[in-house]
Amino acid sequence: MSQHLEEEVPLSTTAERKIIVDQAGAAPSKEWVIVTRGVKREYDMGGEIVRALRGVDIAVRRNEYVAIMGPSGSGKSTLMNIIGCLDTPNEGEYWLNGQLVSTMKDDELARVRNKEIGFVFQTFNLLPRATALANVELPLVYAGISSNERRERAMEALEAVQLGERVHHRPNELSGGQRQRVAIARALVNRPSILLADEPTGNLDSKTSEEIMRVFEGLAETGQTVIMVTHEPDIAAHARRVVVLRDGTIESDERREVFTEKLGLTL
Amino acid sequence: MPFLEAVRLALQTIRVQKLKSFFTLAGVCIGVMFLITVVSIIEGMGRYMKEDLVGKIIAVNSFELRRRPNINMGEMDPSVWEEYRRRRRLYVSDLLPVVEALPEGTKWAQESEGGVQATSQYARPRSTTAIGIDGDWFGIKQLGMTDGRAFTEQEMAQGENVLILGPDMVDRAFPGLDPIGRELRIGGIPYRVIGVTESRGSVFGISFDNFVIAPWRSPIRRLLNPEPQMIDAVIVQAENQTVLIEAQERVRAVMRTRHKLRPGTGDDFSMETSASALEFWDKIEGYLVIAGVALPAIGLVVGAIVIMNIMLVAVAERTREIGIRKALGAKRRDILAQFIVESATLSTLGAILGIALGIALAQAIAALTPLPASVAPWSIVVGVLVGGGVGIISGVYPASRASLLDPITALRQE
Repeated sequence: MSQHLEEEVPLSTTAERKIIVDQAGAAPSKEWVIVTRGVKREYDMGGEIVRALRGVDIAVRRNEYVAIMGPSGSGKSTLMNIIGCLDTPNEGEYWLNGQLVSTMKDDELARVRNKEIGFVFQTFNLLPRATALANVELPLVYAGISSNERRERAMEALEAVQLGERVHHRPNELSGGQRQRVAIARALVNRPSILLADEPTGNLDSKTSEEIMRVFEGLAETGQTVIMVTHEPDIAAHARRVVVLRDGTIESDERREVFTEKLGLTL
Repeated sequence: MPFLEAVRLALQTIRVQKLKSFFTLAGVCIGVMFLITVVSIIEGMGRYMKEDLVGKIIAVNSFELRRRPNINMGEMDPSVWEEYRRRRRLYVSDLLPVVEALPEGTKWAQESEGGVQATSQYARPRSTTAIGIDGDWFGIKQLGMTDGRAFTEQEMAQGENVLILGPDMVDRAFPGLDPIGRELRIGGIPYRVIGVTESRGSVFGISFDNFVIAPWRSPIRRLLNPEPQMIDAVIVQAENQTVLIEAQERVRAVMRTRHKLRPGTGDDFSMETSASALEFWDKIEGYLVIAGVALPAIGLVVGAIVIMNIMLVAVAERTREIGIRKALGAKRRDILAQFIVESATLSTLGAILGIALGIALAQAIAALTPLPASVAPWSIVVGVLVGGGVGIISGVYPASRASLLDPITALRQE
C-alpha cells in the first residue's frame, strides 16, 4: 500500500530541495510550504551559550509527510518551535507558505500560528475545563469567526476524527487516544498549511499509537502537509521522508525506505 | 477576541471556581455594600431634614420673623449667641404694622411657645409645649383636626380659655376618654378642650405631637414669655416664591424702621425660611458624603488588592492554558483582554452583589432603627462603575504578565 501511495504523492528530491534552499533571500514558490536557509538558534543559559541549531536547511513541498528525528539535545525541539512560529531564529531565513516568518514580531507570529499551523502535542494540551467542542473551537475564536460557524466547523472536525459522539465530554472523560484525536481535530479546524506534531504518540500505548498514526496516514493521503517530530525511529518510519538531526545540524534527509533499511526496520 | 466572547469565558471560569470567585469578590462586595448603605442613610437623613424636620417646623413658601433663628444646628460662634441674646424682643405691637405692610396673596399668623405643666383630673400633671396663636396658624401649618373643632374668630379675639390638643396629649391627660369638652388646667387656670389635631409625625423617633394650642390672647401668654405683650414669631406665607421675597423685603423695611436701625447696620431680627434653615444641612451633608465614601473606599482598595493577588495566582496556575492559547493564535491583546475582562467581571459581580446587600442593609436599618434610609440612584451607578473600575485596575498588572509570557516556556509548565 505504501508503494502505491508514493507514486501518487509527490516527494521532493534532494536535488530539488538544494535548488530552493540555495536561492537565499528569494521567496520560494508557493509549492514549497517550508523553506529554512541557514537557520541558527542560540540560547543564553546563565552565561553559557547553547548552540541549539547551527545552520539548518530544510525544504518541504506541499503534501509531504516528513518526520524530524533525533536524540534529545539534537535541536529537534528548537527546530519544531521555529517551524511552529513559537520562536524565531537568531540567524537565517524561514519561509512559511511564501511568507518570511523569521523577522516577524509577536502578534504577526500569533496570526501565522493561527492561520498556517496546526499543533499536536505529546501531552495533548487540551484546556481541561473546556469540552472537546470548545477546545476545537478555540483556534476559530482567535481567527474571529462567528460562533455559529465555529460550532459547525468544530463539529465537522470532530466527526472527521470519529469523535462526533463525544463532543460535550471534557478531556478527563476521554481516553488518551480520544484526547489526541480531539487535539488533531483542533489542529485541523482552521485548515492550516501544515500539521505540526511534537511526539504525538509519546504519551500513548503502542496500540493507540498505531491508531493515531493511521489518522496521520489518512490525513497525508488527503494531501495535508504533515511534519512530525519524534525520537522513536519506528514512529518516524510512518512518514515518507525522515530528517535526522544531530548536534544542531541535519545528519540525513532521506526517503523512508532508505531510513528504514539503514536501521534494519521492517514495516 | 470579541468582548462578549471574553465576558462569556470569564463567567465560565467564575462558574467553575465558585467558592474561590466568591472570596475574591467579597472585598469589593463589602466595600460597595457599605458605600450604598452609608450613602442611602445620608440621603435619607437629607430627605428627612428637608421634608420632615424643617418641613414640619417651617411651612412651604413661608418665613418666620423672629428675634433669632429657631433652628440652630451645626457649630455656633459664642459671639453670635451673645449678639442673639442682646437682640430686642418682638412685641404684639409689631404685629399690626408688619401685617399691614404685607403684599396681596399672603397669609399671616403669630405664635409664642413655652413649656408648661398641664393637669387634668384623670392623670398626673404632664409636661407639654403650649403654643399661643393668632391669625391663620392652622392654615399655614396645614394642620387639620381629627376631633372637635378649631378656634372661632371670637375665641381668638376674646382670648377665651379654650384648648386644642396634640394627639399625644389626649392619651397623656385623658387616658381612654373623649377629651372634648373636658377641663385641662395650665398654670392653675382651667381651659376647655374643644379639638384634637392630626398627627405631625416624628423625627428621629421624637414625637411632634406633645403640645397644646390656645388663643394667644388667653391667659396662657403669661406663661410663654417674660412680658405678656411679647410674642415669639410672626409667620408669613406667600402663594409663591416671588411674593415671598417681596413680603420679606417689606417686613424687613418695617422692622428696621421700628427698631431705628441705621443704613449699613445688620438686621437685629431674623426671617427664617426653610431654605435658610437647611443651609447648615447642606454643609454637613457634604462632609458626610466625603466620609461616607472615603471609608468604604478603604474596603474597595483592600478588595482591589485581593483581586490583583488572586489574578496573579490565576495567571501562575493557568500558565499552561496561556501557552496553549498563544500556540493556537491568541495575540497579546487577546490574553490581556481575557484576564482584564475576567477581573472586571468578577469585580462587577461583586459590586452588583454589594449593591443588593447594601440596599437590603439600608432598608433593614430604616426598618429597625430611627435612622432613615433612601437609596440614591447615583450611588448604584457609582457602585457599578467603581466595581468595574477596581476590576480593570487590579486586572491590568496580572493580565500584562500573562500576555507577556513566552509561549514555549508557558507550554512547558506542568
